[in-house]
Amino acid sequence: MAVVFVRPKLPKLARDPWAIQFDGDGHLKHLLTIEGLGPEWVTRILDTAESFLSVTGRDVKKVPLLRGRTVVNLFFESSTRTRTTFELAAKRLSADVLNLNISTSAATKGESLLDTLRNIQAMQADMFVVRHDMSGAAHFIARHVEPHVSVLNAGDGWHAHPTQALLDVFTIRKMKGEFAPLRVAIVGDILHSRVARSQIHALNTLRTGEVRVIAPRTLLPTQVEKLGVRVFHDMREGLKDVDVIIMLRLQRERMEGALLPTEDEFFRLYGLTPEKLAWAKPDAIVMHPGPANRGVEIDSEVADGPQSVILQQVSNGIAVRMAVMSLCMGGREE
Amino acid sequence: MNDITNHAYFAQGIDIDHLKPPEGCRPGIDCQRWIIRGARVLDPASGLDTVTDVFIDKAGIVAVGEAPSDFACDNIMDAHGLWLIPGLIDSWARLREPGQEHKATIASEARAATAAGITTVCIPPDTDPVTDTPAVVRLIKRRAQLAGGSRVLSIGALTQGLDGKRLAEMVDLKEVGCVAVSNILKPVENLAVMRRAMEYADTFDMLVIVQPQDRALAHGGCAHEGAIASRLGLPGIPVAAETAAMAQILALVEEIGARVHFANLSSARAAQMLEQARAAGLPVSGGVSAHQLFLSEMDTDAFDANCHVIPPLRSLRDRDALLDAVARGVIEVIHSDHQPHEGDAKAEPFPGSAPGISALETLLPLVLRLVENGVLPLHAALHRVTAGPAHLLGLKAGGIAPGLRADLCLYNPQAAWALDERHMLSRGKNTPFVGWDFSGQITHTWVAGRLVYGQNIELSQKTS
Repeated sequence: MAVVFVRPKLPKLARDPWAIQFDGDGHLKHLLTIEGLGPEWVTRILDTAESFLSVTGRDVKKVPLLRGRTVVNLFFESSTRTRTTFELAAKRLSADVLNLNISTSAATKGESLLDTLRNIQAMQADMFVVRHDMSGAAHFIARHVEPHVSVLNAGDGWHAHPTQALLDVFTIRKMKGEFAPLRVAIVGDILHSRVARSQIHALNTLRTGEVRVIAPRTLLPTQVEKLGVRVFHDMREGLKDVDVIIMLRLQRERMEGALLPTEDEFFRLYGLTPEKLAWAKPDAIVMHPGPANRGVEIDSEVADGPQSVILQQVSNGIAVRMAVMSLCMGGREE
Repeated sequence: MNDITNHAYFAQGIDIDHLKPPEGCRPGIDCQRWIIRGARVLDPASGLDTVTDVFIDKAGIVAVGEAPSDFACDNIMDAHGLWLIPGLIDSWARLREPGQEHKATIASEARAATAAGITTVCIPPDTDPVTDTPAVVRLIKRRAQLAGGSRVLSIGALTQGLDGKRLAEMVDLKEVGCVAVSNILKPVENLAVMRRAMEYADTFDMLVIVQPQDRALAHGGCAHEGAIASRLGLPGIPVAAETAAMAQILALVEEIGARVHFANLSSARAAQMLEQARAAGLPVSGGVSAHQLFLSEMDTDAFDANCHVIPPLRSLRDRDALLDAVARGVIEVIHSDHQPHEGDAKAEPFPGSAPGISALETLLPLVLRLVENGVLPLHAALHRVTAGPAHLLGLKAGGIAPGLRADLCLYNPQAAWALDERHMLSRGKNTPFVGWDFSGQITHTWVAGRLVYGQNIELSQKTS
């Protein structure tokens, strides 16, 4: 049956879900997801981060770019590592930083997310760094903040964690240079991972030769191949000729929802041991967004071994977050 | 609402002053007889499509065409240039009262319904208290009478308190006017309970309405499990949540032969299963909400909470299969699945927002858009919201013929408008259709022979 379907324009919401990240002049204003940034913006963020690396190596680790600005870390989900690196990044840019940890249980008691937001906005914040357990929370907040406020997504549900992905591609670029000849494998719980989704978008944006995911079907989203990845269920096949291995954290509660039988079986099949690492290219690097579960998804010998760049990721994270903060807030200076 | 309707109306050069009811007549109370003259009369049940006169006496239609002998009447509606259609029967719509009056009330929604041409609204039993006793049914009926708008009919609970364990007093419910029973999305403890509930309902010729969704498969989900949800990281509801639940019910129907209506279908596979079951002679039917025929998972792409509905908006392929099923009459009923919400309920990130669309006011416009889009002819489209649900629920309405209830609407096919939430009459403004252009609108509505909606006419509320 041929149904001629004429779809009218929807004036209220931009049909392009990531157009909201840019202001009227096409300058980056919010960072909510890697999607829609394009290679130009991703490269620009990485180049800017490069220039901040030297700052973090100096004795006096501060630049006055965001002096007088207030950055609010709005964390609806607990996090130490991400919040700390955002805080350090903001401080090195000379911004004032306010950390707010709002447990979702308190949020459900009465105050709506919107109320919380308006209250903090009334404190003259210039930037919100938001982490929330619901996918789309950062979009929601960006849609409701006043025009002068920038929103950085520090992780929303299973959706996106763009700064993590940017620091990962930054680390890969430093170690490997070009993306086109690379094979990158992401291993583990893709289904529940905002990190994996953002990494896949970032790697594809930079035209990586091949992006692979390796996991049992229970840990893969439906039609994951449409994200632009090759799917493997077997580590030996999946790691063959791979230049970069990204291990994901496996949450303990995944054993309860009948997604996996036991940690032991997962480790036996997918845990990165020196033996499995040998299936990849000899110069392959090993990454992990942290915090790693040693003995569940990664063996200590690998995590601490010569091919691991896990600690470099952490220090690069500060430079990348400085870059994103300065670009998002700098755009409206002129 | 009146601003735009009048504007559009005057733009057509139609003088509406003479449409006012006669001097001294309190509309909706005194006017018992009407002649509606010169409208294009469209009766989807009989296929009638002609310019003629319709005569109303008391609550019923007494004649179409020739006046009955000694029919004297002062109330003459000159309806040239307009269409006269049967009032719509919405078989699945929440009015939120009793229990959630902060979202909407029977009064607010019954009036919104009249303006939308819906003269009968059937409300599912998830009120608070649950519609599982005659007292609640009577309360709803009373509130609707006071509101003076559309007729409100209750769908009773299948089990007491919707607990899925103990059968509700279905005969009591039927005697006070419940048109069907349903356990909505609440789980029934096991298939043995479901089977007995269906058998008991069937004993007393009570229709069972099933919203097929397996609780465990749908658990935690808020979007169609597919490429879009995978990309957005939204927990998915697989098609199998619908089809597995439906297959279980079909197996029971095969065994016991009880009549079952599946409401709110969302997938291609469900439509196919319905078609096969009907071809095999099973006494089953299907309904779909209007928004499922126009929206898809693509619309959730911007995390638009107004597109958060249960069952979720599925793939384009599913949507096209539903359109096809509606066009071929496999699905005989289109309902609104109206779920008005207060602003706060939608002011949350997508997964945390309350599901549902405020849909009364887009039911007829969307159904007529199916005609414009060439999905099905005018009479067939109207059939899905008039004679179709009337047949399903055993109502003597939904048509234009002598002996039927005088539930009628005049429709101006040339009054173009765009949906603006500020002009919505429903308390709920939660709709993704804001900004959509529609080609015509309801100008007058009669419920049981009473003019309850029209321009420049203030509705009187019955106070007795």
